[in-house]
Amino acid sequence: MSISIQSIHKTFGGYKALDDISLEVSDGSLTALLGPSGSGKTTLLRIVAGLEFADVGSGKILFHGENVVNVPAGRRRVGFVFQNYALFRHMTVAQNIAFGLSVLPRRRRPSGKEINERVRELLHLVKLDGLERRRPDELSGGQRQRVALARALAIKPKVLLLDEPFGALDAQVRKDLRRWLRVFHDETGLTTLFVTHDQEEALELADQVVVMRNAHIEQVGAPQEIYDQPRTPFVYEFLGNVNKLAAAAGPAQYVRPHEIEVKFAAEYEPASDRLAVVQHLFSAGPVASLSVRLEDGQFLEVEISRKQLDELALSEGDKVALGFPISDNR
Amino acid sequence: MSHPGVTTESRLVRMLLIGTAGLIVGLLLLMPLLAVFIEALRKGWEVFLASLHDEAALSAVKLTLTAAAVSVPLNTLFGVGAAWAVTKFRFKGRALLISLIDLPFAVSPVIAGLVFVLLFSPHGWFGRWLEEYDLKVIFALPGIIIATMFVTFPFVARELIPLMAAQGSDQEEAAVTLGARGWQIFLRVTLPNIKWGLLYGVLLCNARAMGEFGAVSVVSGHIRGETNTLPLHVEVLYNEYQFSAAFACATLLALLALVTLGIKSAIEHFTGHRHHGRH
Repeated sequence: MSISIQSIHKTFGGYKALDDISLEVSDGSLTALLGPSGSGKTTLLRIVAGLEFADVGSGKILFHGENVVNVPAGRRRVGFVFQNYALFRHMTVAQNIAFGLSVLPRRRRPSGKEINERVRELLHLVKLDGLERRRPDELSGGQRQRVALARALAIKPKVLLLDEPFGALDAQVRKDLRRWLRVFHDETGLTTLFVTHDQEEALELADQVVVMRNAHIEQVGAPQEIYDQPRTPFVYEFLGNVNKLAAAAGPAQYVRPHEIEVKFAAEYEPASDRLAVVQHLFSAGPVASLSVRLEDGQFLEVEISRKQLDELALSEGDKVALGFPISDNR
Repeated sequence: MSHPGVTTESRLVRMLLIGTAGLIVGLLLLMPLLAVFIEALRKGWEVFLASLHDEAALSAVKLTLTAAAVSVPLNTLFGVGAAWAVTKFRFKGRALLISLIDLPFAVSPVIAGLVFVLLFSPHGWFGRWLEEYDLKVIFALPGIIIATMFVTFPFVARELIPLMAAQGSDQEEAAVTLGARGWQIFLRVTLPNIKWGLLYGVLLCNARAMGEFGAVSVVSGHIRGETNTLPLHVEVLYNEYQFSAAFACATLLALLALVTLGIKSAIEHFTGHRHHGRH
């Protein structure tokens, strides 16, 4: 189901949390709301879910063309996974997952047997077969997250919303679960919106990335597009490592570490290159990272392959020539 | 493992502290409790049982139970409602409400009693209005219930507010997105999470409701066999030099205290154990 957010405002007391937000989320897409804390991304997610209400008269939220601004959360058919999962601690895994079905009015509520069957299916879907009778405090973080997901899916939601889905997990589990979620999304085709402050997560996982900052949307686009053509300095700096080069005249230039070409000092071409001295070398891992100092005293981060590093046979203190990509409207 | 020498005092200091604490507990808490039972039984079992079978004593017990049976459930409702309002919503006057919940702890019970007399006695603010409808509040059961409720109001709310604040509203919000309605959320999500704290609060509320003296004393009028609660009856007997009878009735209150203490430690033991297993 498509979501259309049209000029939504939200203020808490005097504080502007969302300022005229408009966004289109197409049916079946996986969209990341990316931004630092305080950018308004979680507030936006909560407004879509109906857990928070936009300022009166401020705008519309359309689910498949239908305005849901005045529809209570319980009737929006939204699956919401909370940052800390918010599992019901006094219930078993099965009871947690069945909750959304068991609170249905009697005439629409499936029988106990059907509910059990559905719980089993969902546990299988999230790869937690056989854990029906466990309690949340007997599960690992990754398992809890998947129980929360299964619970949200039990109501057959039209939209899936995830608030910092991987925030509370350790690095390895995080990576595994991230890939699993991508596969899961592709299989179910459920329109999914998730909030993250981790640019790598957003770029790797999403079809569409929405970069937010200070209650505004900075840029919307496919990951590649956002990364390669950042529209504002903020997006440039927020997505991946970047060097900010102060220019003698005009605006500052932004260059990503891997975009800089490293050559022998002898190959220096005055028209396009700049000379620099290698200050530090970090060569653990597939990519070597150099810290270099330009003649005007500015420091830059440069990334080259290990192979290239070996060819250049660089060591700290060496002089090099740096080739910069042709500067467009940066 | 603790590190001796960092957080542990010398042996002498430790023994001195523990000894002092033990002495205070023994002198101020255990001895009086023991004295109650010894005094009650001084003239033998027959006198003891007769004092409890006395008509005035039975009426006092009945009145005390009635007052508690009305005020404790009502205060439980109010306490849960107040704690819910204060912890799950942000609204104007919230801080004031939190302070007001504590008011009965800050006001002397006798003053509270006097205020109710001022309000509801025949010459009080609402005296004429009550008289028109032939309602008697002061020197009657309603006054005793109102005074008891005032004094015991904070117990349930005080117990629940920190608990519910610590739990936040995440689970309730999850229930909302899953389609649960208000009462379903309360019964199936909120209540199970607060049940032990609630029981604890109700228990303390009940103990105080049955034992309250000051406020009730002012509004009751000490009409023997009519408006004397158990604590008031004890005082009346004592003032009439019927020491054994007074202490016999006091044993009932002492037993109430012991039972309360027993259940309280059982709850603490149980929930403490569960908490231990959880973290």
